[in-house]
Amino acid sequence: MQLEVRTNTPFWLVLFAPLFAMIVALSLCSVLIIWADAPVFTAYGALLNGGLGSRFAIMETLSRSIPLIFTGLAVAVAFRSKFYNIGCEGQLYCGALAAVYIGSGMITLPPIAMIPLLMLCGVIAGGLLLIVPVLLKTHLKVDEVVTTLLLNFIVLLMVSYLIEGPMKDPASLGWPQTASIIDEGVFPPLFEKSRVHLGLIFALIAAVITWIVMRFTTFGYASRAVGLNLQASNFFGIPVNMTIIKVSLISGGLAGLAGVSEVAGLKGYLTLDLSPGFGYTGIVVAMLAQLNPIGVVISAFFISVVYVGADSMSRVLNIPAYLADVIVGVSVLCVLVSVMFTQYRLRFK
Amino acid sequence: MPVLELNNISKRFGNLLANENISLALDAGEIVALLGENGAGKTTLMNILFGHYSADEGWIKVNGEILPNHTEAAINAGIGMVHQHFTLADNLSVMENIVLGTESLFAWRQDRAKASKRLENLSHEFGLEIDAQKQVSELTVGERQRVEILKAIYRDVKILILDEPTAVLTPQETEKLFSSLKDLSKKGLTIIFITHKLHEILSVTDRVAVLRRGKLVGEVLTKEADKNILSEMMVGHKVSYPSKKNQQYGDIVVELDNISTVGEKGESSVQLHNITLQVRSHQILGIVGVSGNGQLQLARLLSGMIQHNSGTMNLFGNTIEKNSPLSMIRQGVARIPEDRHTEGIVGEMKLWENLIGERLSLNQMTHFGCCIDKKSAIQHSEQLIDDFDIRCSGTNAQANLLSGGNIQKLILARTLTQNPGFIVANQPVRGLDEGSIAYVQTQLMDARNRGAGILLISTDIDELLTMCDDLMVMCDGYISKVFKAESKSISEIGLMMAGQLGTDNTSIN
Repeated sequence: MQLEVRTNTPFWLVLFAPLFAMIVALSLCSVLIIWADAPVFTAYGALLNGGLGSRFAIMETLSRSIPLIFTGLAVAVAFRSKFYNIGCEGQLYCGALAAVYIGSGMITLPPIAMIPLLMLCGVIAGGLLLIVPVLLKTHLKVDEVVTTLLLNFIVLLMVSYLIEGPMKDPASLGWPQTASIIDEGVFPPLFEKSRVHLGLIFALIAAVITWIVMRFTTFGYASRAVGLNLQASNFFGIPVNMTIIKVSLISGGLAGLAGVSEVAGLKGYLTLDLSPGFGYTGIVVAMLAQLNPIGVVISAFFISVVYVGADSMSRVLNIPAYLADVIVGVSVLCVLVSVMFTQYRLRFK
Repeated sequence: MPVLELNNISKRFGNLLANENISLALDAGEIVALLGENGAGKTTLMNILFGHYSADEGWIKVNGEILPNHTEAAINAGIGMVHQHFTLADNLSVMENIVLGTESLFAWRQDRAKASKRLENLSHEFGLEIDAQKQVSELTVGERQRVEILKAIYRDVKILILDEPTAVLTPQETEKLFSSLKDLSKKGLTIIFITHKLHEILSVTDRVAVLRRGKLVGEVLTKEADKNILSEMMVGHKVSYPSKKNQQYGDIVVELDNISTVGEKGESSVQLHNITLQVRSHQILGIVGVSGNGQLQLARLLSGMIQHNSGTMNLFGNTIEKNSPLSMIRQGVARIPEDRHTEGIVGEMKLWENLIGERLSLNQMTHFGCCIDKKSAIQHSEQLIDDFDIRCSGTNAQANLLSGGNIQKLILARTLTQNPGFIVANQPVRGLDEGSIAYVQTQLMDARNRGAGILLISTDIDELLTMCDDLMVMCDGYISKVFKAESKSISEIGLMMAGQLGTDNTSIN
């Protein structure tokens, strides 16, 4: 049995490979559901129902997918250039921190200016956090996986200090949280009685812009070339280091936006549980989307369905909600394998 | 009874039939050349023999017995292989390398005295002199090869396979190797000699087996063959190479004066020492030398990939202070890198994207200075595919799916279409088939006739003698004076390659 490169890939295969992968993934996970002593089809039904089955479910899923689109884009942009930014979680908190700092009374502007200002601050804060890791990488060849990952913990501890100390809201009755963002800075909800806010529009716009930049500009070309072959890119005259620095700033900025939209669209103030690991889930979102910005939107939505649906599945059938993590993990593996089969075929001897 | 018998060997890699029904029989004491172009299936066949690969069909007999398909069996049957890339441990001595693997792991002590006596006898007998106590890292490439051969003979091999053994040798070292091989064959050793160099075959072998596209296309006795017969058997048709007509040189395009480089920390490649050279318009200057003697750094310097540490570098009359790939591209330098796959192309990108790589850096083929003008990029690429006869499925073909020759055409297309004033070509025909070699050489010759100055680096003296107007020899990062290609004999050049550059600043040898 051996793998063989496909010289051309039929279109139907590209289309159905991820679908087939999902079916395989769900079949594999049904073993766990049976193990948890629950009926498989009822369980998946509950999951689907909880994620998509009602207006409330859809709204929950959409609002959950907003930060995932941002962090997914952040990862997709960076990974394209082989800049392994594992620090989206930290950049997300930095963005949120900047939004709360500027937006909780320091400056008051009408919403039309206030919202862009907060977003700009979030982008800058998220990007700035990556400056040190990227310069360490380009100038001293320090591995960015280590530096960006460890920065997450530093940022979280710093946020913890700030919300217990200097930035603690005196009116919070002792809870460790910051003051709320003023009304002018809050992202208005898109639909009545739902938690889906303006951030969704921004996330979709960000995805389209990222796609355009990656696909049609010389910068997109350079950032792809740098990721695929650093030496040849250098030989082509592409400013390799500058490209990586720009990519990292964009990546950090997008992750920062996730923080801004969560804090200004959903929570209103900053606490330590702002993100249940959106930064890390962003990696999964991007991998599932094959680092394609438009794919990120779809995969973020899918992952949100699974997470939101799994919550209600676990309530209905009394099985652990952690199953959502397993489903997402297995799906990513299956999709990666199926993508391999669009490029290779198996030949049996 | 033949010592070695290959019967109907076939091997398939994916869609590629690397070996097709190859049958070959060898007698004791024979030196047989396995001739073929790159990709003809020579190395695959030998790897099957040595047990690295398993054949899809066919069988191998050694002394009448079927050879099981694994390396250990091949070694036990007395098959030894000297690979193109040596397999020696740098941090061990010659002695240790040779006995490595011949002693039991559970032996209480090593019988060094006996081993070294045996080694001494062997090296004496076959003229393979070597200091057995030296560390391998201190040896020259020629000496390392001797260690590889000794390693094989030490194990009492009956069949010795040499894969392109002369690629890393000076002409003198090659002579020495050949006389050792003749001695070995007189003792009854069967030698298989893999090569694509015709004159080597004529001087050392008894019989030639020619492979083309995985098939055995013929066997001839060496005494009945000549270069033309062999070349036609190998390629399958007549190949016409460019001819060199003398031309009046023009202005100086590149001038290096006393250039030295210092590598980055931990870099292992040989650095440049006091390099002085000139390339003029209408001139092809060849750099001769055994691979790994500073040619890479010279090419990288002229490609803008590294900085010089001292000395001055002039390009078209302007002094270069800060060297970079972009500045070289801006000034119209065509660069053909040694390693096509790692520097020449971004393999996963499309053909058209590779063809406009340098153009984009110059901000050409763009809209508003930031977006790719895909329409003109595609048109441009289609034109180049036509002009340079790049065989591909279209502009959207993935670059690394092209053959070596077509990748080289892609690189030529990208650089030569700009009508460059200076071309630096590092081993532009290495690993290509004869048809592509002729094509690349013709393109370079045409560029020279149009007025480009060319610096051509190669390890193949024959190639340089046919292409170049003038030659310089590099050894250990130093360079000789320039001389006319016709003015020195091959053996004189060989001595220079070994370090006798005849200049003041070479302290070696």
